[in-house]
Amino acid sequence: MSTGLLTGMKLGLVSCEACGLLSRPADIDDPGSCPRCGNALSLRRKNAIQRTWALILAAAICYIPANILPVLTTITVTSAEDDTILDGVVLLYTTGSWPLALIVLIASVVIPLAKLIALSYLLLSVQRSAAMGMHERVRLYRLVEIVGRWSMLDVFVDTFTVALIQLKPLMSVKPGPGVIFFAAVVVLTMIAAQTFDPRLIWDAGEGKEGPHD
Amino acid sequence: MVPLTENLVACPECDLLQRIPAIPPGGAARCPRCGYTIAVDKPDSLERTLSLTIAAAIVFLVANVWPLMGLSAVGRHASTTILGGAQEMWLQGNEITAVLVAFCTVIAPAVHIGFMLTVLLAVRRPPAPSWVGMLLRRLDWQYPWAMIEVMMLGILVALIKIAELATVITGIGMYAVGALMALFAAMKVSFNPREVWTRIRWVNGQLPPSARSPEPALSPEVRP
Repeated sequence: MSTGLLTGMKLGLVSCEACGLLSRPADIDDPGSCPRCGNALSLRRKNAIQRTWALILAAAICYIPANILPVLTTITVTSAEDDTILDGVVLLYTTGSWPLALIVLIASVVIPLAKLIALSYLLLSVQRSAAMGMHERVRLYRLVEIVGRWSMLDVFVDTFTVALIQLKPLMSVKPGPGVIFFAAVVVLTMIAAQTFDPRLIWDAGEGKEGPHD
Repeated sequence: MVPLTENLVACPECDLLQRIPAIPPGGAARCPRCGYTIAVDKPDSLERTLSLTIAAAIVFLVANVWPLMGLSAVGRHASTTILGGAQEMWLQGNEITAVLVAFCTVIAPAVHIGFMLTVLLAVRRPPAPSWVGMLLRRLDWQYPWAMIEVMMLGILVALIKIAELATVITGIGMYAVGALMALFAAMKVSFNPREVWTRIRWVNGQLPPSARSPEPALSPEVRP
């Protein structure tokens, strides 16, 4: 597919990731820094594939305790009740606000999982030098980048719930250990999306391996 | 190290080499291969973004000083600010989450507003010194972590959850967060980093091409 197109890499030109200036370094393997903004230059993000895999694996491990451990503990005079993320969704649903239950379900359960699957698929397709469906894969990558931060929703919901409901001894809410794991999933997948280099998708289509090792 | 003209670029998402055409007012140039927006022309970008950023700075202060919401139940009253939320998380033993919440809701937005103000004020008289570029190049990396709109939705969900248990009173802070969300979106839309880069002195000491007089290597969208 479109092997005749000229890319920066083919002509030994490096585009700065921070300011977009194109320059011709003396040594393409060690391009130095951008003459305009001083950012370190590289033809492709360094070790993008390994780094992204490492972040995805770490996020996948955290995803399990994030969903099993309680995120909130409600303490009343007579009882203490642990709630996981899914319990929170069910609570919203049973109290009649199903649109909110759906939003929280999508942001907290579906998006993190979909991100892990989407990034793994992108990495595998790049590693196998897949030359098909480049446009669809780039669209998938952009979606992952845009949607990812919305997963932080549940962390904010928990924070403001905890902050307001402190009516001791009548009723109080404490954060559970699940919140930290959940926040870790969101942060790790956000960094993973920033570490992946979408240019690798097109390099594979050129029938030429990028300098990922 | 040979820098090339500012009009020849490689697409940041697919590395395709291309020349930026003259862009009509309000128009955009997209990469022919992957569709990424390579360059845009935004009328009065610098002035508009500066006024939006000043407004955002004021609204940001209001959003952080006044309470977001209050609650009254059985004769008890409680209220919280944004940082108060993070503080309560800290007190309850969830320090890491507290720091993360404070970072995404207060620190990152404050840094974003501060950097934008500095950059926009500094480039009013080009060429701006090269340290302005150091700030500008961090803006793009830092932007996703300023989660005003996500926090807004989080506040609304928490509010509806709590409304089941007690009477919730919305505070001035919450309306300010709503306004801040709109201002952040407007700032993002009106800001044109390509135009700003042409007004900053390069780190190698060179003047930006727009300030080097006879050279015709000007980007078409630049207004002197």
